[in-house]
Amino acid sequence: MTDPMDRSTPQPLHETADATLSRRDLLAGAAGAIGVAFAAGLPLVAGGQGAKAAATAAPAAPIVPIDPTKVPGSPTTPVGARSIFVKPSRTPFGETTGNSLSPLQDLTGTITPSDLHFERHHAGVPLIDPSKHTLLIHGLVATPLLLTVDDVRRFPHVTRTFFIECSGNGRAAYREPKPDMTPQKVGGLFSNTEWTGVPLKTLLEEAGAKPSASWFLAEGGDACVLTRSIPIEKALDDALVVWAQNGEPLRPEQGFPLRLLLPGWEGNTSVKWLRRLELGTRAWMTRWETSKYTDPLPDGTARQFSFDMDAKSIITAPAFPQKLTAGTWPISGLAWSGRGKITKVEVSANNGGSWQDAELTSTTGVKAPVRFTHQWEWTGKDSVLLSRATDETGYVQPTRKELLKARGIGTDFHFNPIVGWKVAADGTVSFHGET
Amino acid sequence: MRRLMLLGLVMAAACSRDRASSASGAGFTGNSERHYKLGRVATADEIATRNIDVGPDGEGLPAGSGSVAQGADLFQKKCSMCHGPKGQGMPPAFPQLIGRDPKAEGFKFASDFKLAKTIGNYWPHATTIYDYVRRAMPLLQPGSLSNDEVYSLTAFLLASNEVIPMSATLDSASLMQVKMPYANRFVPDNRRGGNEVR
Ligand code: HEC
Repeated sequence: MTDPMDRSTPQPLHETADATLSRRDLLAGAAGAIGVAFAAGLPLVAGGQGAKAAATAAPAAPIVPIDPTKVPGSPTTPVGARSIFVKPSRTPFGETTGNSLSPLQDLTGTITPSDLHFERHHAGVPLIDPSKHTLLIHGLVATPLLLTVDDVRRFPHVTRTFFIECSGNGRAAYREPKPDMTPQKVGGLFSNTEWTGVPLKTLLEEAGAKPSASWFLAEGGDACVLTRSIPIEKALDDALVVWAQNGEPLRPEQGFPLRLLLPGWEGNTSVKWLRRLELGTRAWMTRWETSKYTDPLPDGTARQFSFDMDAKSIITAPAFPQKLTAGTWPISGLAWSGRGKITKVEVSANNGGSWQDAELTSTTGVKAPVRFTHQWEWTGKDSVLLSRATDETGYVQPTRKELLKARGIGTDFHFNPIVGWKVAADGTVSFHGET
Repeated sequence: MRRLMLLGLVMAAACSRDRASSASGAGFTGNSERHYKLGRVATADEIATRNIDVGPDGEGLPAGSGSVAQGADLFQKKCSMCHGPKGQGMPPAFPQLIGRDPKAEGFKFASDFKLAKTIGNYWPHATTIYDYVRRAMPLLQPGSLSNDEVYSLTAFLLASNEVIPMSATLDSASLMQVKMPYANRFVPDNRRGGNEVR
């Protein structure tokens, strides 16, 4: 996998997006850019032919001025874009069924920008006209209801920050750890955003959910009409039907126009493109809770309906493929638990020989990650950096050895071992998964 | 107002952990009075067109039937290009569906991730095949198979996984009787948080 941002060497800000341009090209281009900027700024021209001409004449590759204080900047835009120097990228894989990992090493704080939220779908991303989409609630209810997307938005709603983690996250790093794995490769099926929606309980009450209902089926409107069975307790607890993410309608990859959101539970249960909720008295045993999303164990059984995501942490910097020089470095990472709050994150710089409490530098959410950091003086010796999370239930993130003993190498979902990064004397950083 | 406060409390409350004993949706009353009066009552037709799910007890299986022989023929025409003529799959994109590799028998999957899980050596419920194939396959023409065709494909997949005889024909009554070899291996989640690794 190519790393979207090569951080192996500290990069001075380039003068241009295209490194092959000479200084003379740059100066010539800068003059051209000034011309365009001024032309576009003139009201007379802006509304007429000139605006079009100016737009078409705009250089394809933006020209970076030698001194940005000596030229006017670019005009306002209808939709913002990242700096041309910042190019985070997911890793799209697979055509109809596929996944795309979030670039954890390029993100700071705790919120994942919506366009970098990981993707996982089983039959492609459907193109849904929200004016035609409806949510059907039926089964053990007093009144089977058909709600339009506009109807759903008119219920009293809440805004909450929750992570979503695919329970397949970290499978490759657990089974076959390799030195050249990036944080994205190790843990990129994890993202965290702010969701807005209506508590599922409100919708089910509106339909008159019966006390006899003990399970419900959630169904998506994609090409595999994905279905999961969910115990009704989750609807009474913190389940939401969301329609917005980070201040705007859901992205298509994230379930536009409606998504079930089950905080702290394996991502597959947060059914996207939600179109139906059926209340019943037993699980439906769908393909996604039998053939998949079940966890073989060493005693010859397979754990089923393993919803909770165990507490986990990952150091996102320093990480492969960075190269360090001796001196001070912040060890920074994310920790989260599907069972509530993270209470402690410890880091070790000597492969678990000793541990120190890391500083939690963001608010600690419930079923939302916390950013941790520890300032580290690297003296140039071989070191192994590890992080270990503890949640409010007292659960301590296990080593890979402990997980192998409890679940075996072939277990298929739920991988939360302590992992870290080996820093060699020459400053190269590589993934360390064999804890 | 009271309703909103209750919601807040529920949002804040810790989730009940004891799913195994979840007897009922305590908290729901079945009240037919619609508080917000949003949306409208769904018609029986609207429910029927979407409600295609099949339960492990056979609930939801439609009328119709299909034989292993018909399924074998259909499989070659509509499924083999992705799952292979023998259902051996083309990993990792196209899953193996058929096969009873002796190395995998006995549910040895935790010890070796290279062992392929198939319908015969892993799936706990025969009804899942019907439900899934009807809703999701073939990948590029989902929802295109008739109920009879899905019965015959289900029969073919079960027979070639050594679960039912090659001479079998399936309908709703016979499909709900099919017991999968490893159905009893699936256990509820016993992780509870706290200081233990499970
Ligand atoms: C165009 C390729 C393609 C065709 C044709 C196709 N499938 Fe599939 N099938 C897939 C893919 C890809 C998956 C995995 C989907 C996923 O990961 O969610 C799959 C999954 C399945 C599964 C579930 C496997 C598991 O282990 O969970 C079954 C059963 C299945 N297909 C049956 C069929 C049948 C029956 C047909 C013919 C009617 C068919 N498929 C035709 C691509 C195809």
